[in-house]
Amino acid sequence: MSGREAILNKVRAAIGASPDDTARARIVKKRLAKPPLGVIPARGQLPEKDRIALFCQMAAKVSASVERVKKPGDVPKAVAAYLRSRNLPASVRMGVDERLEAMSWKSLKSLEVKHGPADADDEVGVSHAVAGVAETGTVVLHSGAANPTTVNFLPEHHIVVVDAKDIAGDLETAFAGIRQTFGKGMMPRTVNLVTGPSRSGDIQQKLLLGAHGPRALHLIVVDGG
Amino acid sequence: MQITSPAFKENSRQALSDAQLQKALGNVRSGFIDKRQNSIDALPEFDALRDSARAIKDHTLAHLDLYLESYEEKVKKAGGYVHWAETAADARNIILEICRSAGARTVTKGKSMITEEIGLNEFLEKEGVRPVETDLGEYIIQLRGEHPSHIIAPAVHLTQEQVEADFRRVHDHLPVARDLSEPESLLAEARRVLRYRYFQADVGITGANFLVAETGSSIIVTNEGNGDLTQILPRVHVVVASIEKILPTLEDVGQILRVLARSATGQDMSVYTTVSTGPRRPGDPDGPEEYHVVLVDNGRSSMLGTEFQDMLRCIRCGACMNHCPVYHAVGGHAYGWVYPGPMGAVLTPSLVGVEKAGHLPNASTFCGRCESVCPMRIPLPKMMRHWREREFSRGLNPATQRYGLRAWAMVAKRPKLYRFATSIGIPLLSFFKGRKGSFHYLPLAGGWTRHRELPAPEGRTFMQQWRDRDVRKQEAVA
Amino acid sequence: MQEDVKKKNPRVGLFVTCLVDLFRPTVGFASVKLLEDAGCEVEVPMAQTCCGQPAYNSGDRSDTIEIAKNTIETFEGYDYVVAPSGSCAGMLKKHYPGLFKGDAHWEARAAAFSARVHELVSFLVDVMGVKDVAVAHAGSVTYHDSCSGLRELGIREQPRRLLSSIAGLKLQEMRDADTCCGFGGTFCVKYPDISNRIVEEKTANIRATGAETLLAGDLGCLMNMAGKLQRQGADVKVRHVAEVLAGMVDGPAIGKDKR
Repeated sequence: MSGREAILNKVRAAIGASPDDTARARIVKKRLAKPPLGVIPARGQLPEKDRIALFCQMAAKVSASVERVKKPGDVPKAVAAYLRSRNLPASVRMGVDERLEAMSWKSLKSLEVKHGPADADDEVGVSHAVAGVAETGTVVLHSGAANPTTVNFLPEHHIVVVDAKDIAGDLETAFAGIRQTFGKGMMPRTVNLVTGPSRSGDIQQKLLLGAHGPRALHLIVVDGG
Repeated sequence: MQITSPAFKENSRQALSDAQLQKALGNVRSGFIDKRQNSIDALPEFDALRDSARAIKDHTLAHLDLYLESYEEKVKKAGGYVHWAETAADARNIILEICRSAGARTVTKGKSMITEEIGLNEFLEKEGVRPVETDLGEYIIQLRGEHPSHIIAPAVHLTQEQVEADFRRVHDHLPVARDLSEPESLLAEARRVLRYRYFQADVGITGANFLVAETGSSIIVTNEGNGDLTQILPRVHVVVASIEKILPTLEDVGQILRVLARSATGQDMSVYTTVSTGPRRPGDPDGPEEYHVVLVDNGRSSMLGTEFQDMLRCIRCGACMNHCPVYHAVGGHAYGWVYPGPMGAVLTPSLVGVEKAGHLPNASTFCGRCESVCPMRIPLPKMMRHWREREFSRGLNPATQRYGLRAWAMVAKRPKLYRFATSIGIPLLSFFKGRKGSFHYLPLAGGWTRHRELPAPEGRTFMQQWRDRDVRKQEAVA
Repeated sequence: MQEDVKKKNPRVGLFVTCLVDLFRPTVGFASVKLLEDAGCEVEVPMAQTCCGQPAYNSGDRSDTIEIAKNTIETFEGYDYVVAPSGSCAGMLKKHYPGLFKGDAHWEARAAAFSARVHELVSFLVDVMGVKDVAVAHAGSVTYHDSCSGLRELGIREQPRRLLSSIAGLKLQEMRDADTCCGFGGTFCVKYPDISNRIVEEKTANIRATGAETLLAGDLGCLMNMAGKLQRQGADVKVRHVAEVLAGMVDGPAIGKDKR
């Protein structure tokens, strides 16, 4: 008997089920098809303006820095200003995300933009989130041909651009968006929910930022995005 | 790993006299409790979410076979492989086989209690594959040849000075004069040292906080980012997860995430919640080319349908041990195996046998704090009592305890005998103490008087005095 | 149940608890006084013994069941059953019904019994509506929340409310008042060294308040803490909260010598 059958048989015997129990199968099928929503905290259930404000506030609470810009075209300048303010070299790593590509990076002559997956020497990565979650100040990113996951983890500084209109009240709305993009039950290779910069409390329970992932997380919220 | 749970008493005596450990354990008391409380106070729906989380797990366990099948189908559809391991040995062999076919010499590891449970590191090393722990706490204890003393804070038993000494010993290629006096500098050094290990590794092994039947995804919840680097940089990603980690849908994940981080570290949400599904897709610029899931039973199915089934709701947040007075006193290693604290006191006997782990469910004051903070509302004291019942019915507890208890119960079941015995014994005891209020030593009460005075009976029993009062009352009426 | 027995003068069966019966009868008399002052008719059935926790928590279910049957039979017929202990009351109220699963007759009897069980101080406040006690107590006290009373029965505010009504009494809260004292019934003799470490933590918190008197609602915890404080040479008086509420503090505190 394979491990698979052995385990499933033991499980069925313990539950008192038979493999051809159609009533149980129906229950499971139904739940997978139409997941009940559960308890959604009131915290994030706000009108758009307050929701965006809550997102910024929650993100700041987990030590992300947050700035708001008026339109996508303002992002490259904001990135350049961030690099200057942190004394970072004028070089960023990013994927070929079409929303980022549409921005006028070339107008900033001194800024080097490297495309493709990150390597160990990159100091700054720039990503575009597909959603934000106001309840917790979380940004949602996913992998794809234009969105390397390494950009989210290898650089010391991670700059994430999120459109204000994509900021949801809760995680469930963000998941629903991914379902809509990829189809029910289908997922990209990686979905990252990122809430603040990397941290560790493993030495004497003292909370320190910048463990293995980015030491700093900078969020740029695009109001007219 | 070697099980030292039978020596729990000896282990705990050592722990109590270890000054470094006692100093470090102070951080548990101060580190976790207030943070958890603050985050919960800020979420009015917390208790409703606990109920929701419990209902989700109960539903899932009642349909576990079907959700596992549906999960497997989805993983395969996404291009991943699912392996089923009945035992720890099966799991180890499956993982070794994956490493061998990947030609792996080094594997990086994200923090995972299940790989501790199956003793993966020792096994891989013996077979010539080098496992490198990348979570800071796990990395530190791997340097020391130790095992985690806490399920979410593996190095919580260590002080900063001990970590510094270990880094100086092991990182001997770095300048001796470097400053490591602050936790920040220790963290920075670990980050630098581990960075190139990720690129060196051929296989990355992580655990999973959840598996999702709807999508075939595995989810890890972390703060450092090491788990993510572990699973995106090497060519092969192996997920090791026990079968009860499964949840029906992403909505269910959302419910449990809201209670997990709050209960564990007092965060609303951990920094990185990563949902992984299959290997990299055509056109993806990074990510693993192979994705394997090893589903481990190793005793879980034997808990299903028993009085210990509720334990399978556990999401490994650590809140029970963070609030446990016994854990605070002796730390995690005293428990003698992988899982310490109240959850370990229930789980360890299930997984290694109550013959070996019998002390664990007994070493509890039943103060109930673990149950009161458990996000999944697991009745931990009740299940520890169930273990005590099994031990008692199998005659596993010490004979002196059993005979003492039987003798006491014999009297307690017979009210007249009880009245008679206490009305002689108590005044006698009271006579012996004279005008003193307590005993400094009393035969047969050494367990008590070793550390404290034993307050003496006031005089005659309440019942004796009450009967006299009734008699006096009746005389007055007559 | 409570609705139809909401008499002004309910008949209360006092479950004395074995520790109070044997070691500290004063607590029993203080309980009787408090209950009578609140308008109850108090009786103390002689056939009571112990609630059965030592057997129950040692895994000896069959003896526990026999002890429980005796307790239930003894206390049938009272409007309420009241115990000056959160631990024993918790056993009677929360654990008895579960002992008889599958035995419909006894399960029903146990459920009816458990519904009438209360811990003393919470009974006074929540059921009898007592708002204050007419005694004075000059001095500072600190209050330890015993685990079963706190977590099984939700007793936290009730004793503090009554204590705050006492003229002259100053309540000084200790750090971690809701953390276990390390008693744990047989735990303290099965694992004496761990129990000691836990009670050391507790007495440090007690002593840090500078309070003259330590109060709690469970004699097991009180004897543990009193014994430790005394071994440490600390000059803290230890009493059951009922003693202070009833104004019965003339005798020596727990473990103290007769004057």
